[in-house]
Amino acid sequence: MTPSVLAGLVGAALVGVGLYGLIIHPHPLRKLLAFNLIGSGVFLVFGIIARRGAAAGFAFDPVPQALVITGIVVAFAASAVAVALILRLAAEAGSVTLDPEAWARPKGEDVK
Amino acid sequence: MAEPGTTPGGYLLVLAILMPAAGILLSFFIGGRCAERVTLYSTPFGFALACAIAFWVDQTGKPIVYAIGGLRPPLGIDLRADGISAVMLIATAMIVTAAAFYARAKFATPDGVRESRSALTFWIMLQAIWAALTIIFVGGDLFNLYVALELLTFAAVPLVCIDGRAETLAAALRYLMFALFGSISYLLGVALFYGAYGTLDISLLAQRVQATPVVWTAAALMTAGLLAKTALFPLHLWLPPAHANAPAAASAVLSGLVVKGSFFLVLRLWFYVLPALPTDKVAAVLGGLGSAAIIMGSIMALRQARLKLLIAYSTVAQIGYLFLVFPLAAGAHGWSAIGWSAGLMQVLAHAFAKAAMFFSAGVLAEALGHDQIARLGGAARVLPLTFLTIALGGLSLMGLPPSGGFNAKWLMLQASIASGQWFWTLPALGGGLLAAGYIYRILAPALSDGQISLEAQPRRSQEAIALALTIIALALGGAPQAFFDFLEIGRPIAGLP
Repeated sequence: MTPSVLAGLVGAALVGVGLYGLIIHPHPLRKLLAFNLIGSGVFLVFGIIARRGAAAGFAFDPVPQALVITGIVVAFAASAVAVALILRLAAEAGSVTLDPEAWARPKGEDVK
Repeated sequence: MAEPGTTPGGYLLVLAILMPAAGILLSFFIGGRCAERVTLYSTPFGFALACAIAFWVDQTGKPIVYAIGGLRPPLGIDLRADGISAVMLIATAMIVTAAAFYARAKFATPDGVRESRSALTFWIMLQAIWAALTIIFVGGDLFNLYVALELLTFAAVPLVCIDGRAETLAAALRYLMFALFGSISYLLGVALFYGAYGTLDISLLAQRVQATPVVWTAAALMTAGLLAKTALFPLHLWLPPAHANAPAAASAVLSGLVVKGSFFLVLRLWFYVLPALPTDKVAAVLGGLGSAAIIMGSIMALRQARLKLLIAYSTVAQIGYLFLVFPLAAGAHGWSAIGWSAGLMQVLAHAFAKAAMFFSAGVLAEALGHDQIARLGGAARVLPLTFLTIALGGLSLMGLPPSGGFNAKWLMLQASIASGQWFWTLPALGGGLLAAGYIYRILAPALSDGQISLEAQPRRSQEAIALALTIIALALGGAPQAFFDFLEIGRPIAGLP
C-alpha cells in the first residue's frame, strides 16, 4: 500500500465518520465538530491530488494546494459563524436545540 | 480588450462583480448611516450593468468572456456570461432594488436617530448577496463557484437571524448546518474533478469528461450538496422556519433569489459540465424528487396557520417545479428546448411572484400586528392593494393565465407530451390545484365579512413595490419567442461540441 492510497483511505474514512456524526448528533456543537472532520477528510484528498503533478516531473501540483488553503479559510470562517450563532442562541434561550417543535411549544414546557 | 480571450463587453462582467463588492467595503468603512445610501445609489448602476451585459450577449449571439489577468484556462480563470446568466443578472438587480427600497421603512437611519447594528448588517448583507449571486451567474470555474456559493450562504444566514430572537437564531443555525454539509460535499466533488482532469473550467471539463466512476461520484457529491442548499425535498427542512422568520425584505430575497443561486449551479453542472453523459436515470431521480417536493410542499402549505410559513412552504413546492427541467430538457431532442425555456421561465416567474408575496405578507403583518390566517376576516377591505397583489401573485404560483407561471407550466406540459414522458404532467397539474387551494385559504377569509382594525396604516410605497413585482411576474406570461431564443445562447447541446 503506497502512502497516497493510505492517505486517500484515511480521507475517505474521515469524511464517512464526519457525515455519520453530522446526521445522528442532535447537538449543534457536535454537528459543527463533525463538519470539521469531513473538512479534514476533504483537505486530505486535496493533498493527495496535489501529488498528481509528480508524474509530469514536478515535485507537486501547486493548484490543489492553493485550493486547499482557500477551502481551509472558508471552513474556518464557517465554523466561526456557527460558534457565534450557537453562543448567541445559548445566551438568548438558555439551551441549544435545533428542534423546530421545541420552538412551537409554549415557553417552559419540556425544552431541552 | 487588448487581453487575449476577452470578448467585447467582457470588462462589464468585472464591473458587475466589483460594484456591489466595493459597496460592501464602502458601507463598512463609512458606517451605518451611509450604508443605506450606498446600497440605494448603487442599485441603478447594477441594473444598468446587467442590461449592458444582456445587450452584448444579444448583439454577439455568443457568451461574453473575460479572462482574468489575461490568462486563459486551464491556467487562468474565465468569467463567462451567456443568455441565462444575463437574464438572471437582470432579475437579481430588479429584486434586490425592490428589496432595498422596500426595506427603507424598517432599516433606514434618518438623521437624529441612533444607527442600529441590525440596519448596518441588513444593508451590507443585501449587497453581499448581490455580489455573490453575480459571481455565481458569471463564474466559469467550479472552484470559483464554490467560493461564491459560500459567500452567498454567509450573507444569507445573518439575514435570517437579524432581529436576534431565539427562534430566528435556531432557524439560522439549522440553515447553516445544512449549508455546511452542502458546501463540503460540493468541495469534495470539485477535488475529484480536479484529480481526474486537471482543470475546473466548465467548458474545458465539458470537452474532457467521460462516464467514469469518479465523474459519477463527483457529480453525485456536488449535486447532493447543491440540493441541500436549494432545499429540494427531502432536504427542505431548514427552509420554512428560516424564510418565515426573516424580515419581509430579506425573506423575499432569500426565497426569490438565494435558493435560485444553488439551483443555477445544478443547471450548470448537468447541462454545461456533463452534457456528454447519459443522464436519463439522474434526470428521472431529480424529476421524482421535484415531484415529491411539489406535492409535499403544497400539502404542508395547506396546513400552516401563519401566512409567512404558508408562503415559505409554497417555495418548497415551487422549487420542485424547477427540477422537472432535468427530465424535460435533457438531451438534444426537439422538445429539450421547450423544457429548457419552461425551467428558466419558472425560475423567473417564481422569483418575482414570491418576492411580491413576501413583501405583501410583510405589509400585512405590520398593518395588522399578526399574520394568523384564521384572523384575516375582512382584511381585504382594509388592505385592498395588498390582497390584490397576493391574488395576482397567486395566479402565477397556481399557473393560471396570463402569467409567467402559466407560461412555465404550459411549456412543461408541452415538453412532457412531446417527449412521451406524460407522467410529469401529473405533479405539474396536481401542484397547480394544490396551489389554488392554499391561495384560496388566504383569500377566502380576507374577502369574507369581518371586523378588523388596523394597528398601523400600510405604507403605500411598500404596497406599490410589491404590486410592481407581481405585474412583472404576470408580464412574463407574454414573453416573445425572441426571449426564449436569448435563453438558448451558449447552451451546449448533448452530443455536439
